[in-house]
Amino acid sequence: MADTLAGAAHGGADTVPEFPMPRAARCPFDPPPALKELQEKGPLTKVRLWDGSEPWLVTRYAEQRQLLGDPRVSADTDRPGYPTKASPEAGEGKLSFIMMDDPEHARLRRMVTAPFAIRRIEALRPAVQRIVDGLIDDMLAGPAPVDLVEAFALPLPSLVICELLGVPYDDHEVFQGNTKTMVHRDATPEQRGAASREIAAYLAALVGKRLADPRDDLLSSIAERITAGEIDHREATEMALLMLVAGHETTANMIALGTAALLQHPDQLALLRESDDPKFVASAVDELLRYLNITHLGRRRAVTEDIEIAGQVIKAGEGVIMVNEIANRDPEVFEDPDRLDLTRDARRHIAFSFGVHQCLGQPLARMELQVVYGTLYRRIPTLRLACALEDVKFKHDAFIYGVHELPVTW
Amino acid sequence: MKVELEADKCVASGQCVVAAMEVFDQDDDGIAILLTDEVGPELVDGVQEAAAVCPAAAIRLVRP
Ligand code: SF4
Repeated sequence: MADTLAGAAHGGADTVPEFPMPRAARCPFDPPPALKELQEKGPLTKVRLWDGSEPWLVTRYAEQRQLLGDPRVSADTDRPGYPTKASPEAGEGKLSFIMMDDPEHARLRRMVTAPFAIRRIEALRPAVQRIVDGLIDDMLAGPAPVDLVEAFALPLPSLVICELLGVPYDDHEVFQGNTKTMVHRDATPEQRGAASREIAAYLAALVGKRLADPRDDLLSSIAERITAGEIDHREATEMALLMLVAGHETTANMIALGTAALLQHPDQLALLRESDDPKFVASAVDELLRYLNITHLGRRRAVTEDIEIAGQVIKAGEGVIMVNEIANRDPEVFEDPDRLDLTRDARRHIAFSFGVHQCLGQPLARMELQVVYGTLYRRIPTLRLACALEDVKFKHDAFIYGVHELPVTW
Repeated sequence: MKVELEADKCVASGQCVVAAMEVFDQDDDGIAILLTDEVGPELVDGVQEAAAVCPAAAIRLVRP
């Protein structure tokens, strides 16, 4: 039946392309060529997912922003039409408020927004700078080549989010390994379920500890909401899990993938190495976020009422997928979009999504990336790949794009 | 020019503060507040930027 519907709109079910599409091996930083072709044809198109369902794929910036900001577009995974199944949360309950709609979403989200206010994040900058410098000291003191992911890109965001939440970093084996499984595209729902249950059990115990003995950390303020009767222990644990998981792989991959990309663009890398202007570094971070888009599989939503957009009607009960990776390469918005240009104004990118679900941790992520990109190449000016780019293993198999390893030397 | 902020839409992303520190701040929960609702020409760019990046579309610049 889905075939007939799509066929009517597109002149034949056979023309419905599969999603996701492969990237061109030759350029690991560009979106899949097939995705770009679809964008050239128009802002909306049907695609077929692995389970045979056919949601709409939204390829252009304007339409993505419009739909992501539309309350008739639901983030609730239980809604009819929600393009799901192959997802980190498959087989499990909801990953807290990111899979809920307002007003429930807003109620829960507001409980954890305080530490992400700009002034609070700025107050953390010196501590983040110390962590970055310490990790670089260790790298320089140790043998080379070294895997940048292991030595630097992953420990940094991990240390920072642990500090913010109040999770002992010494337990990082528990959450790093399991996070990896949760975002691995080829992991079975059972494996992902088991991984998330294991971290959840760990965090549930930790929330219990903070309930009894509060400290000055985010876990304690989440625990306080239990005491106040606003949420239960399970909801608190889900919230903590969301914070911990979201803070890990994302920033880590931006650091490693960004470094890989910059090493391929030595003129751009030189701009960062030679600048001590925080404004330039901040704007360069935005350009890297625009250009790289580690959340390459897009945001999925279910439409709850008919929506007319770009001359199409998306019907209630249909799914939509907004791939920010392709929106951020929309030539209508960014001139010469496939060029990495650290001097451009890329601030309007939607790498953190748009609308009420926009990444809560973005001020933290931006600050961490500003410290990293403003420090790493200045402190290790001879940093270079220790293998050919062709030998770097990219994460085509994960929900968060990046590199599995990045061997570097100096 | 006047700045309008619909605080009940705000999702506390702080992007307005980054774009125009002179005009926006955040309360204890991260929700945006206006430091002034009248801006001179030197702040117009910043407010326009804030309106463009605000994920909740909560900011408007109203010309007299
Ligand atoms: S940019 Fe918008 S959502 Fe973010 S804090 Fe400012 S008003 Fe709120």
